[in-house]
Amino acid sequence: MKRNAPGSVEPLVSVEELTRHFPIKKGLLRRTTGYIRAVDGITFDVRHGETLALVGESGCGKTTVARTLLRLLEPTSGRIVFNGEDVAQLNRQQLLAFRRRAQIIFQDPFGSLNPRMTVGSVLEEVIRVHGLAENGGLQRRVTELLSAVGLDPADARRYPHQFSGGQRQRIVIARALAVEPEFIVADEPVSALDVSVQAQVLNLLADLQERFHLTYLFVSHDLSVVRHIADRVAVMYLGKIVEIGDSETLFENPQHPYTEALLSAVAVVGAADDSRPIVLSGELPSPANPPRGCPFHPRCPHPEKDEVCRTTPPPLEAKAGGGMAACHKVVGRESSGPGQP
Amino acid sequence: MSPPILTVEQLRTYIHRGEQTLRAVDGVSLSLHAGETLGIVGESGCGKSLTCLSIMGLIEEPVRIEPGSSIRLHDRELSELSLRELETIRGNEISMIFQEPMTSLNPVWTVGDQIAEPVRIHRRADAGEARARAIEMLELVGFPNPEERVDSYPHELSGGMQQRAMIAMALACEPAVLIADEPTTALDVTIQAEIIDLLADLQRRLGMAMIFVSHDLGVVSQIADRVAVMYAGQVVEEGDVGDMFRRPRHPYTEGLLRCLPRLDRKVARLPVIPGDVPSPRDWPGGCRFHPRCAYAWERCLSAAPALTGEEHLSRCWLEEEPERRVPSRAGEPGADS
Repeated sequence: MKRNAPGSVEPLVSVEELTRHFPIKKGLLRRTTGYIRAVDGITFDVRHGETLALVGESGCGKTTVARTLLRLLEPTSGRIVFNGEDVAQLNRQQLLAFRRRAQIIFQDPFGSLNPRMTVGSVLEEVIRVHGLAENGGLQRRVTELLSAVGLDPADARRYPHQFSGGQRQRIVIARALAVEPEFIVADEPVSALDVSVQAQVLNLLADLQERFHLTYLFVSHDLSVVRHIADRVAVMYLGKIVEIGDSETLFENPQHPYTEALLSAVAVVGAADDSRPIVLSGELPSPANPPRGCPFHPRCPHPEKDEVCRTTPPPLEAKAGGGMAACHKVVGRESSGPGQP
Repeated sequence: MSPPILTVEQLRTYIHRGEQTLRAVDGVSLSLHAGETLGIVGESGCGKSLTCLSIMGLIEEPVRIEPGSSIRLHDRELSELSLRELETIRGNEISMIFQEPMTSLNPVWTVGDQIAEPVRIHRRADAGEARARAIEMLELVGFPNPEERVDSYPHELSGGMQQRAMIAMALACEPAVLIADEPTTALDVTIQAEIIDLLADLQRRLGMAMIFVSHDLGVVSQIADRVAVMYAGQVVEEGDVGDMFRRPRHPYTEGLLRCLPRLDRKVARLPVIPGDVPSPRDWPGGCRFHPRCAYAWERCLSAAPALTGEEHLSRCWLEEEPERRVPSRAGEPGADS
């Protein structure tokens, strides 16, 4: 099936050359002395009904992308198009309407729930703000939402601290669902959970996606989790996407040397004794002062690394072995037909 | 086999809060031999960190090591030592490293001074000797230009380098035992791999024994020789690392291994362990895992099993009634194979 062939449906979200820089202010006058280039010119689509995972290590910019996408942060430049509308141009009224269609779930379910509000009132508030149910329907809707995420309707009368971490994350998911969104950005939604509870929440997210036809942007540092949940994966390094493609292909046949190193470093139960992680030399450069050329070149273990890598930033382009990667040393795809596998 | 360096017997560490007593660590027995790495795995609240802190004597009211508990380093009973006596042992014969290097390193001291401190105290080294030892240790843990970096402050280092500095500090007096509590959890995956390598290498070179605590089964499977799985304040399974991960005996270990998403293949749906990790406030009666266990039957509800077995131990009634290893609920071990 050629989902991305010319003439097929538009993507739900289209991100074009997005950058987000944070000023570094120093001294008495708080003068701007430089910029942290947290997100540095990235382009990708999120297709209807898919789960696109954004992976990378701390400081790579994945969380900034997630927040900028929902306009919790303003982009420095570039465009975010949601269902044909430029998100940056929305006025207050339109932004409220947008927030009904796009929601976010954070890592820490404690920090994102008001401890003084019962679970019922947390959900009611959202429903009321968006004018989604009259008084009579309110209770029924709260009950529906709690059952959808596997909680007891009687839980509506309890407070967040009375729940375990996994249950609190279910409450946060119920709150996101309350507005009947199409798109959910999930920023490390299972990272704070115990292993035995993580699987339950991952299964819940999959069930809800099917039931409510949701599209997910799933931000995570955990590659095993990403392999399980994602249809496609984008790997970030120093504010740039270095590889993007179909999840199976990317995990089976990583193209970019950074993706390869990342996959090799994961500690896996039952790994062969001779599987050694690819050790990256040096430290992660500062996003305030990223290397010239390919951002990965100072740490890149590729044997053919050369002057081009040190001077010219590689474009993100289709590669022979699978999806798209930004590396001078990986063979490009001969037949440069449109779209990706 | 030679006698163990460290022996923990029936350790019970309780938290006394007014009328309430939380049995956070409830009868843990472990032994550690020279040159060996014992992995302790478990989820939040299972008592793994408190077990380590108890061994180090790093607990205070309202947390108490209960009478009848025993922690022996060689032949010395640590739980009976005075604070002063304990201080001659900590950081000297037995050391500990923690998850967050930044909160364990003193921000106003250089890393060199912090590494030198235990050497000056325990070895009575003068300033020059201690500094030389600090530089030597930084080199050992893989610092580039240790002569310069010895004067760095913790905030000038990356997370991975801070963790290396903390390891240097813990190992400066060449302890017989190192306790590493989630030492790689706060680190990125590529840095985590380096620190695991470093710890395994140092252990071989210095011949020390190590307790490596983690919630991450993958990490433990890479570094440990033996593994103890903790649940609800107790060890529920213990055995050789390969054996444990290939043929888990306890239903909890079995469930944990199955519900992990895999890097090497994708399954349609993850098997789960139903329910939540229990809190020390109310450990379930009978077998503490029974409310979440796929095999549980009447006996598990009413009577607590003991940890039994020779090489590979399990705290489960299935050891006596193996024919009952048939899951009774859907979506659990066995359901997807």
